[in-house]
Amino acid sequence: MSKARQYELIYITAPEVTDEVLADLHNQIVAIAERFGGTVSKSENWGRKRLAYEIAGQREGVYVMETIDGPGNMTAELDRRLRVIDTVMRHLIVRVDEDLAIAERAATERKTSMAARRIKRGLPPEPTEGERRRHSEDADDDDNDVMGDAGFTPRGDRGDR
Amino acid sequence: MSEFDKGERGGGRGAGKDKDGKDAKGGRRGGGGFFRRRRVCKFCVDKIDYINYKDVKVLAGFIPERGKIQPRRISGVCALHQRGLQTAIKRARQLALIPYVTD
Repeated sequence: MSKARQYELIYITAPEVTDEVLADLHNQIVAIAERFGGTVSKSENWGRKRLAYEIAGQREGVYVMETIDGPGNMTAELDRRLRVIDTVMRHLIVRVDEDLAIAERAATERKTSMAARRIKRGLPPEPTEGERRRHSEDADDDDNDVMGDAGFTPRGDRGDR
Repeated sequence: MSEFDKGERGGGRGAGKDKDGKDAKGGRRGGGGFFRRRRVCKFCVDKIDYINYKDVKVLAGFIPERGKIQPRRISGVCALHQRGLQTAIKRARQLALIPYVTD
């Protein structure tokens, strides 16, 4: 094992769950992570959200996200435990370190290549404030930026029909 | 002449993208109906490297009414990003952020 892996764990509990139960769940997850030598680096409660479809007879759920650094065999245990706990209606564990590393590499690559091109043209490597950009925000004409925070809204325009 | 007029109108809708509508790459149905603006990958343009499965606002743009994943021949997303988009949508579905089907 070379490097710690990073996982995102999201679980959905029933909406009427109390804060104590949530705290208890969190502590259980921390305990499991620590048993395998991992750490919970971030814990976020998204609060009550509407579900896109019914799960276990519920239309709403409390979402909690935990970012965990730890070994791979830890996820198996987390998965098993979360399956058993019945306050948790649904959970998902996703490995994120690789994807984020790829994204970061792409971003730095783009930045360095842009700097190189700009230097070739005799410009400073970073774009200056007042500089005119071809792709400015207001030129963005896609029609789906009216999406509110109110969860999922299907797109009206099907396009091919 | 009439065809030229039509081209102008189509360009106007898409905030002035292609003026010469008839030859435009995204143009569908040569003579008859509407045509689309040139399709570009939204993720390449916006420089989004990681398509986050938690970001419903972004994903919703690629899910038509029915709840299916929009094919890239319509949305114009590049192959690389369509692959990322696909997994992101599937993850979001598991978390009930997005429906599997809507009817």
